[in-house]
Amino acid sequence: MPQYAAIIYSKDVDWTLPEYATDMKEYNEFGQAAATVIRGGAALYQTSTATTVRVQGGKGGDVVATDGPYAETKEALTGFYLLECADLDEAIKLAAQIPAAWDGAVEVRPVIDFGG
Amino acid sequence: MTEPEARAALVRLVRDEGRRVLATLARVTGDLPLAEDAVQDAAVRALESWPRDGVPAEPRAWLTLTARRRAIDILRREAARAGKEAATMNGAAVTEPDEPPPPETVRDDLLRLVFTCCHPALAVETQVALALRTLCGLTVAEVGAALLVPEATMAKRLTRARQKITKAAIPYAVPADHELPDRLRGVLAVVYLLFTTGYAPTGAPRLELVDEAVRLTRLLRELMPGEPSVLGLLALELLQDSRRAARHGADGAPVLLADQDRGRWRRDLVEEGVVLVGEGLRRTPDVPDPYVVQAAIAACHALAPTWGDTDWSAVVSWYDVLLTVADTPVARLNRAVAVGERDGPAAGLAAVDAVDELGGYPLWHAARAELLARLDRVDDADTAYAAALAIPQDDAQLTHLRRRRARLGDRT
Repeated sequence: MPQYAAIIYSKDVDWTLPEYATDMKEYNEFGQAAATVIRGGAALYQTSTATTVRVQGGKGGDVVATDGPYAETKEALTGFYLLECADLDEAIKLAAQIPAAWDGAVEVRPVIDFGG
Repeated sequence: MTEPEARAALVRLVRDEGRRVLATLARVTGDLPLAEDAVQDAAVRALESWPRDGVPAEPRAWLTLTARRRAIDILRREAARAGKEAATMNGAAVTEPDEPPPPETVRDDLLRLVFTCCHPALAVETQVALALRTLCGLTVAEVGAALLVPEATMAKRLTRARQKITKAAIPYAVPADHELPDRLRGVLAVVYLLFTTGYAPTGAPRLELVDEAVRLTRLLRELMPGEPSVLGLLALELLQDSRRAARHGADGAPVLLADQDRGRWRRDLVEEGVVLVGEGLRRTPDVPDPYVVQAAIAACHALAPTWGDTDWSAVVSWYDVLLTVADTPVARLNRAVAVGERDGPAAGLAAVDAVDELGGYPLWHAARAELLARLDRVDDADTAYAAALAIPQDDAQLTHLRRRRARLGDRT
């Protein structure tokens, strides 16, 4: 069965703070409801904790680490789920139950199967 | 039959049958791009050998067999290149019996194909291109020409679409009952977009698009015979298409409905359309379907012997119904124009002025201009035409509006 990354774009906050307990509860509810198809995933700290790394001058060149995310957007990449679904319709149906879908957006992308 | 006619009939046959073969092969292999390549190849061979050897007694069986062999060849070659036994599952699937499947299976396969090509996860322009390529069986070059997109660009767009269908696993399935109304609306929107692109209000009509849209709608009716919105869309298209020969003057300029030579309208299409409207209305006693209602309005025009003899009360009433299910500014403008015909230009002008959010739409200004002229307010009419002409639009429409403005002079 194909797998999909459900990439979450939402408000850029520290989800561990008590004021986001309600949000976390909603995510936990989704996690339980979709437990049979969730193959992995993670929630991320806010983009102010991000470091963007580039190597200049090709492989082995200078490592340049800059403060902040790769792209500054209104809604930030704040996490993802790895979902295993029969097809895109099923993946869309699941993605629509992730809280970010009504409080941001969820991008559904098929995962490459390297057949390993 | 002349030679080009015979050729066209053959192309038609290969496309119609090829589409059915494709639908089944896509299901059997679970691989739409593979099925498309195989059927395309079989179609090319048919167009080479049939004129020489004669059309086989069972064209579909011939195409099925040829396409299946081709699919197996492609799979074997891919497996060999990958150096593995792979694709055995697909390989086994294509070595099913060679007889074409029963009609009801083909019907279901075609429906699946329709819903895959018109899947909302694909951009609308991609859905339109896929409809022409996959459902109508046009070549990539023909699709590009029909949609005025360079062939290379169209090839890229279609390749991306095929990749998305495969990689994202867009299902090859008819949606569940509770999703069907929404998804069907999407399918019909794509088909009607094909039709209206063919009859874009200005510029030369692209009749091949109109013909493909009508064929596709007829196919949908065959696949979903009782679906009122399909009946309505087919009726609407046939009634609009019945005016084909009268829509443009000898110089290619568009002719307004009011000025068309109704003797050139195709009565057979009008009759078929009117019957379909009736059937569509009977099947939607509670909630009117927007396509059926638009077709009912088109039927009022189609049945009127002249513009002046049109039953404007009926037209206005149908617009009132339409606004309850599909309220758009353009529908309100058309209703206002009908009010002007029913109740006179002063009432019409008041109704048009009430649709004031269309200030950026040239035809709103043109409608005002017409009504002002009929009220003998020629200077105001001229100002309204000037406003219409000041809005950026394509040359054909500008020419048309300038011509109408010039006619104002006749009144003074």
